[in-house]
Amino acid sequence: MNRLLVVSFGPVSPDLLDAIADPVWRSYDLEVHRRAERPIPADAWDAKRQQHGSEVLLRTLLVGARDPGDRLLGVTAVDLCIPMLSFVFGQAQLKGAAAVVSTARLDPSFYGLSSRPDLVRRRFIAEVIHEVGHTVGLVHCAERSCPMSLATAVEAIDQKGEELCDGCTALVHDFKAAGSLTAETLRRSSRSQ
Amino acid sequence: MNTKWEILVVDDEEIMRDSMAAWLREDGYLVDTVSCGREAIGRAREKDYALYFIDLKMPGGIDGIETMLEVHKLHPEASVIIITAYATVDTAIAAMKEGAQEYVVKPCHPQEISLLVSRIIKVKNLQRENTILRQKLARQYHVHDILSKNSRMHQILDLIREVSGLKSTVLIQGESGTGKELVARAIHFSGDRAGKPFIGVSCAALAETLLESELFGHEKGSFTGATSQKKGKFEMANGGTIFLDEIGDISPKLQMDLLRVLQERRLYRVGGSDELEVDVRVIAATNRDLPKAVQAGTFRDDLYYRLNVITITIPPLRDRRDDIPLLAQHFVQRLSHELGRPVTGISEEGLRILLERDWPGNVRELENAIERALVTCRGTTLTAEDFQFLVPHEAAATSGWQPPTDLTLDEVERSVITAMLGRTRGNVKEAASLLGIDRSTLYDRIKKYGIPR
Ligand SMILES: [Zn+2]
Ligand SMILES: [Zn+2]
Repeated sequence: MNRLLVVSFGPVSPDLLDAIADPVWRSYDLEVHRRAERPIPADAWDAKRQQHGSEVLLRTLLVGARDPGDRLLGVTAVDLCIPMLSFVFGQAQLKGAAAVVSTARLDPSFYGLSSRPDLVRRRFIAEVIHEVGHTVGLVHCAERSCPMSLATAVEAIDQKGEELCDGCTALVHDFKAAGSLTAETLRRSSRSQ
Repeated sequence: MNTKWEILVVDDEEIMRDSMAAWLREDGYLVDTVSCGREAIGRAREKDYALYFIDLKMPGGIDGIETMLEVHKLHPEASVIIITAYATVDTAIAAMKEGAQEYVVKPCHPQEISLLVSRIIKVKNLQRENTILRQKLARQYHVHDILSKNSRMHQILDLIREVSGLKSTVLIQGESGTGKELVARAIHFSGDRAGKPFIGVSCAALAETLLESELFGHEKGSFTGATSQKKGKFEMANGGTIFLDEIGDISPKLQMDLLRVLQERRLYRVGGSDELEVDVRVIAATNRDLPKAVQAGTFRDDLYYRLNVITITIPPLRDRRDDIPLLAQHFVQRLSHELGRPVTGISEEGLRILLERDWPGNVRELENAIERALVTCRGTTLTAEDFQFLVPHEAAATSGWQPPTDLTLDEVERSVITAMLGRTRGNVKEAASLLGIDRSTLYDRIKKYGIPR
C-alpha cells in the first residue's frame, strides 16, 4: 500500500492532522502516516510580503531519502504565497511526490471574525484532498462540489464536499489501472522536479 | 478539451517560474519555463504556445516587450501577458500598445489570474473549434476532387483561395463534368461563410414559374398549388452562398428578377408584398458561352456584368491530360472503398487507354468510367481489359461484331441508346454511366431522338 507521509512545518493542531487519514484513504487508497514536526525553513520567509513561500516548503519536503511509492504532504499554520500570487491555500506537484497545505486562511479569525475550529477542519480536509489529488494526477474539476474544483476564496471551499465527484473518482481508478500510482512513476516524477 | 493548451512562462527568477508553472499545471495546462527572452524565442520557434507569461524586466539584453515582439513575429495569434513587479503607467501603456493582451502587477489575487487565463483560453477554444470546422469542411471540399498537378488548375486553386474571403459574385465557366459545383463549394467552404449554408439550385431543371418560387419563395395561395408559405433558396442561403448552376438557361423574366436581387440585396416572395433583405453570396455557373448569348440578345448584358465580377474558367479534361492519372487513381481509391472492391490501382496499359481518350464528359465521365470498370474488375488492379468499353473498335474486333455501313451516325447513336436503356430498364443514370456520358448529355439525346422510356 502506498503511503502519504504528513510533515508539519511548525506546530499544527493534532486534531487536524488526524482528521485527514480517513478521507485520504477513501479517496486515494493512501495510508496516512504522521512524521515528526519540522521547523519552517528560514529561506521560505519573505520579509517584504510577511508571508512564506510555498515553493521553498515543497522543495524542503523533497530533500532526503524516502521509500519509493511514498508521497509527502507538508502542513503549516503560516500563510503561504508564490511570487506571482498574493496567497495560495496550498501547492502541489502535478503527478508528483509532494504537496503543501496551509491552514492560515481557513479560519474565519484570519478575516477578523471569531474562530470556528469545525469550519477549519472541514475546509482543511477539502484542501488536503485537493492537493493530494494533484499529486495523483487530477487537475481542476468544473464541478463546484468536488474537492478538485479550483477555489480562490474560502466561500468556494465551503461549497466542496469531502468526496471526489464521480468523474474524478473514475480518473483516480484509471490512473491506478495505468500504474501511475506506482512507486516507479513517483520516483521518476520527483526526480524530474 | 481534447488537446491541452500549452503555456510558456518566461522569468529570470527560478522560484517565480517554477511555482507559476506548477499552479498552471494544476489547472490542466501543459507548461514550459525558460529564464530569458532569447530562450523564449528559441522555444517559440519549436512550439506553438497559446499563451505566454513574460516578465517585463529580465537581464541578458532582451526585455519582456522585445521578447513579446519577437514571439508575435513567429505567432501573431499568441496571447501575451506581461508581468511586472511595479506598476508604472508608462510601461503598461507601452506593453499594451505593442500587443500585450494583458499587463499584470505581481503579486495579484489568484482569482484575477484564474479569470484572465480562462477568458483567454475560452476564446482560443472557440477559435480552434472554428478552425477545425473550417479545416474539416475545407478538406472535404477544397481538396476533394479538385485534384490537380496542372498549372492552370493551380492558378484556379489560388484564385479560389483569394476570392473565398470576398463577397463578390463569381461566375464559373466550363464544360459539363468539369467540376463547377466543386469549385463553388471550395470557394464557400474556405471562406468566412463556411459555417453558413451552401445552397445549390440547378436553373435548367425547372419550369420558369417553379424556378421563380424555388428561388424567391412564395406566399400561401399565390398560385395554384401554393398551399402554404414557402421559403425560397435565397432566404435559405441567408448569410451563406447560393450556387446557381446553368444560369445561362433562365428566362428573361427571371433574369430581371435576379438582377434586382443582385443589385438591391432584397427580394419579394412570389405573391408577397413584404420586402425581405438577404445577405447571400452568389456563385453562378454555366457551360454556355454567355458573351455570345449576350450578343445574340438572349441574355441580359447588365445581368452578365453583375455576375461576371470574377470569372473562373475551368479547362476541359482533354486540355489537362497530365491530371488524368492523378484523378483516376483518386477515383479508384475513393470508389473502391465505397463499392467495397479490393482494387488498389490501374495498370499501365489501362492508364494508356484513359490518357488517349478525349473525355467529352470531362472529370465526371472519367469518374463514371472508373466506377464501371471497378464493378466488373476481377483482380486488384484495373487493366486494359476492364476499360474495353471505352475502346469500341477493339471490343468489336474481339466479339466479331461489324459496324453497320448502311446507317447514319445519328441512327447508330439512337439505336445504341435505345438498346442501352432497354438493358437498364429505363434507368437513365445507369445507362449514362455505361455509355460513358453524363446524365444531362443522355437526356439531350433522348429528347433529340424522341426515344420513348
Ligand atoms: Zn471532480
Ligand atoms: Zn488546485
